[in-house]
Amino acid sequence: MTEKVVYLDNNATTMVDPKVFEVMKPYFCEYYGNPSSMHEFGGKVSKAVAKAREQVKEFFGANDAKEIIFTGSGSEGDNMAIRGVLEANKNKKHIITTKIEHPAVLNLFKYFEKQGYSVTYLSVDSKGNLDLNELSEAISDDTALVSMMYANNETGVILPVEKAARLVKQKNPKIKFHVDAVQAAGKIPLDVKNTDIDLMTIAGHKIHAPKGIGALFVKTGTLLPAFIIGGHQERGKRAGTENVPYIIGLGEACELAQKAMDYEMTEVKRLRDKLENGILKTIYNAKVNGSTTNRVPNTTNIGFQYIEGELILLHLSDLGICASSGSACTSGSLEPSHVLKSMGVPFEALHGSIRFSLSRFTTEEEIDYVLKVLPDVIFKLNNISPYQRELKELEAKHNK
Amino acid sequence: MWEYTEKVMDHYKNPRNVGEMENPSAVGEAGSLVCGDALKLYLKVDDNGIITDAKFQTFGCGSAVASSSILTEMLKGKTIEEAQKISNQDIADALGGLPPEKMHCSVMGHEALEAAIANYKGEDVNMHCDEKIICKCYHVTENTLREAIEQNNLTDLEDVMNYTKAGGACGQCHVAIQKIIDEIQKKKEKVDIKNMSVTQLVLKVNNVIEKHIAPELRKDGGDIELVDVKENKIYVSLKGMCKSCKFSSNTLKNFVEASLKEHISPDIEVVEV
Repeated sequence: MTEKVVYLDNNATTMVDPKVFEVMKPYFCEYYGNPSSMHEFGGKVSKAVAKAREQVKEFFGANDAKEIIFTGSGSEGDNMAIRGVLEANKNKKHIITTKIEHPAVLNLFKYFEKQGYSVTYLSVDSKGNLDLNELSEAISDDTALVSMMYANNETGVILPVEKAARLVKQKNPKIKFHVDAVQAAGKIPLDVKNTDIDLMTIAGHKIHAPKGIGALFVKTGTLLPAFIIGGHQERGKRAGTENVPYIIGLGEACELAQKAMDYEMTEVKRLRDKLENGILKTIYNAKVNGSTTNRVPNTTNIGFQYIEGELILLHLSDLGICASSGSACTSGSLEPSHVLKSMGVPFEALHGSIRFSLSRFTTEEEIDYVLKVLPDVIFKLNNISPYQRELKELEAKHNK
Repeated sequence: MWEYTEKVMDHYKNPRNVGEMENPSAVGEAGSLVCGDALKLYLKVDDNGIITDAKFQTFGCGSAVASSSILTEMLKGKTIEEAQKISNQDIADALGGLPPEKMHCSVMGHEALEAAIANYKGEDVNMHCDEKIICKCYHVTENTLREAIEQNNLTDLEDVMNYTKAGGACGQCHVAIQKIIDEIQKKKEKVDIKNMSVTQLVLKVNNVIEKHIAPELRKDGGDIELVDVKENKIYVSLKGMCKSCKFSSNTLKNFVEASLKEHISPDIEVVEV
């Protein structure tokens, strides 16, 4: 592996912003007090946690800092929201989600299905877009909860969560609406204030905070039982002494992400488009999976037809390029991406799908480097493929 | 990230003998685009039945390419008879081992080799089509499963998934696969008692008595004791209610002997003392 790393796997995790790390540092050895303590030493920490909660509130666009619960991860936020809503509405046995959710939500729904819940998994079209009519028809008097991701982790396609929430509330105001915004956070504004969304999950490590911290927005008036029973922390919903340095880090990361939002939606988008267009122009067996118009600005998912994804990643890794794949071979599960399968991506593109995800730290030089070396990798692997005739046809079509 | 050996990395980075062969003596294919793994193997065989050249084209991951590449190296210079003896484990061994989840790549290499040899011999390479497909998602046949389980002594479902991919998707065939594993394992346990030491046999007999026979007899207030073992004859004595039961000879033949026969060997004979 070469020394230089071009990190284009920011949907997997991100670098901690050095500015975030700086503000966290004093809360390890210097200001290590317990925010619940009566002394001034702890009180100072308590104020810092309150400031972080305020920063996260602003990031969500929420009305009140009380609506923010700090969690340990995105999966924890999803669990707290979904399990909590169901526990508080025990008499209702129908829940709705989509086929393209992250395993944190999907496997939880499968768990409740086994427990006797009836579950509707909403489908998506070939572009990864949702049909709100299907949602509308699925809603019943027995529905307790709808949980939907804001942006898909693999394709970056944005789901119409605000419209969906409005539709759900119009049909039945008692249904709770949860949004897994882990992949949307920091890429598009969240702004829950004027929506019908009741709960929203984010994870720190996708927005340049460290791993091990996240937050859940719970709209005032949403009944949610304690997820961890014990002390009074997080208004009794999640007991346990606060993870102070990480909370401070998340607060800072949220503020920085908010400030970088314009940059994200213009400059990061420009670099992503440059990468995508460059690949499509030079590589004849490449095609984009999912919508190109309705997407977060940092993600592109490209299917390299008739070659396999893991093999591409291994060769890219040797060149210092980090990306990820929806191929079966990379997951260890033998199953290729459930997201791309739900979209009906044909097998020749499904197994060779590569996701490139940028961040505000991605540079023009890095994109130029990838565009320079990627074609040779793909053409070398094309030569190994048994599907030479199909590849020749694609090449001829491309050159027309 | 997978733990690949240096050899695997060398072979996927610099695959040997890549490409289509002109006028091959035999072609063998395995896998499919749907599975995410496909291999086409070409052989050139001279008049003496010696493989003079081998080439491949593979759609698949790093270990699939490495398995194909090393297989072509292994084949060159071998006779068809020698080539026929190469197992999937030989392919994995030549690579210095594969991660368990990737063993199916070596199985695919072996399948393509089998198909190529069948093609060379003029056998119908599509004979697999008539076979019973167990895993419908990955088109894994019963024969492929049996071969993988027997050759690699696989004992649980997860191993079988790693070696053959069968059951890796929808999971509907898990019960069927487990049945095949159980059946093969049961057969394996039944060894020739002539090759068993007395101690081994006594332990096995005792085990079957304690697990399968005694609990049933105890339900009716009876019991059983192992007295002696001589060659294929098992000497037992019935206790408790069994002793005075007029059906005891029936119990002995139809239950005690039948159980021992089923679990150990059909050669066993039970004698009451």
